[in-house]
Amino acid sequence: MTSPNQSSPQLTPEEILQGLYDDTLVGNAPHVLELTHKGLELDMEPQTLLFDALIPSLEEVGARFERGDFFVPEMLIAGRAMAGAMELLRPLLAETGVETIGKFLMGTVKGDVHDIGKNLVNIMLEGAGFEVIDLGVQVAPEKFVAAIEEHQPDIVGFSAFLTTTMPMFKANMNALEKSGVRDSVIVMVGGAPVTQEYADAVGADGYAPDASACVKKAKALISDRRSKVPA
Amino acid sequence: MSTPAAPLETVLRSASREVVIGHGRRFCLIGERINPTGRRIFQEQLRADDLSAIERDVHAQVAGGADVLDINMGVPLTDEADLLVRAIRMVQGLTDLPICIDSSVVEALAAGLAAYDGRALVNSVTAEDERLAQILPLVKKHDAAVIALPNDEHEIPMEVEKRLELTEKIIRVATTEYGIAAADIVIDPLAMPIGADTSTLMTTLETMRRIRHDFGVNMTCGASNVSFGMPDRHSLGATFLPMAMLSGLTSAIMDARTPQIVNAVKAADLLLDHDEWGTAWIAAHRARRDESA
Repeated sequence: MTSPNQSSPQLTPEEILQGLYDDTLVGNAPHVLELTHKGLELDMEPQTLLFDALIPSLEEVGARFERGDFFVPEMLIAGRAMAGAMELLRPLLAETGVETIGKFLMGTVKGDVHDIGKNLVNIMLEGAGFEVIDLGVQVAPEKFVAAIEEHQPDIVGFSAFLTTTMPMFKANMNALEKSGVRDSVIVMVGGAPVTQEYADAVGADGYAPDASACVKKAKALISDRRSKVPA
Repeated sequence: MSTPAAPLETVLRSASREVVIGHGRRFCLIGERINPTGRRIFQEQLRADDLSAIERDVHAQVAGGADVLDINMGVPLTDEADLLVRAIRMVQGLTDLPICIDSSVVEALAAGLAAYDGRALVNSVTAEDERLAQILPLVKKHDAAVIALPNDEHEIPMEVEKRLELTEKIIRVATTEYGIAAADIVIDPLAMPIGADTSTLMTTLETMRRIRHDFGVNMTCGASNVSFGMPDRHSLGATFLPMAMLSGLTSAIMDARTPQIVNAVKAADLLLDHDEWGTAWIAAHRARRDESA
């Protein structure tokens, strides 16, 4: 039993990491936050808390989801538990100059107001250590371009829920090409009616059928690119 | 509390059969499976011009007790209008159930309505000005009924009041600007996945009660949305629909192949006095008994 307890403050770093892992897995946000505080009080490195407990826990959540052992609400609460810890860790990580997993710019395409799936993907991406910038719904091509120029993300994600709004993927790609930012960013697409064939047809770099698969794909695409382009 | 609006009846027809959706009537099951979304093999078949899988889906939905069949041919990178027209003609040759023509592509809806023999249900329009202006003239021209979703170009509202405002807008625009009867507008009060937010169904049920009370129109929804991302989806569907029926839902787009859900709906019809003397309930029991004998 590694749950934190006010009356027994002398947890070891190992116990803190194990507790963070276990409590993130079950989405116990108050415990995760408390353990993060305790870890920092013990002078544990923020990146140790992140890479040795929080991220492995969210990876396990994703794996369980893919196996059908975990369900959507469990993904959500685990993601939120981790997000709470990240609010505390992010400024500290920035100070130490630790390389982030990546920056992900996300938006639902113009003409489309659906965002449940997109928000779920955002939470899982944040849980995996991505910095997520969400442009919301009804995002016009020029708005994507401007945000890419401003934030310089590793990946931009286009979400569409309707067969009628999917063609905006192509319009967005054209806008990226025209403004010269296409090659500076990895493009991922997704949404209920989207398929791998469709992603290929519009020239996207990646597609994933669900939130967990999106995290995996995003990480793979980034490590692929970083191995090709020396930083 | 003010007097509830008079209940309206939506009449759908095929060439030879009439189905009436209404408050106090037996719930209308709109069979949902003739739809390639998320079905990879079916998508590939349709892309290769092979519509044969439709026949099996139609028989399964009819056997399961569907009253209306939803047809969606939204396969990316195909001529959706052409596929939809051929699917409608094929289905009309296989069954006399009325059809719900399901597409977000206006040209496909227009072609489908022109090809359909009867009085169709169009799926769907929203409260967006552009969509109303594109789709309502087609509904009027072909004397159809239409499913309408109370979301606009800005958002899918999560507040009951906002959904009611948009419902009022849709009914006002359709009746006053296009001469469509309120009885031919079927509102989808937006049932969202509870897996993403367990409080969301309370909003939907309250929206249903208010729409029933204020407008008297019929309502439908995508029943399987509610259980998305959760285990044991059939139990959730079988519990959700009777609750929604009590709140004023008069039809649902659902998979008629799931006896657990279909039976829950039939039981609710009996318990809510939509099945006088339990005639349909008893007949269904007898049919099952004879089948197993």
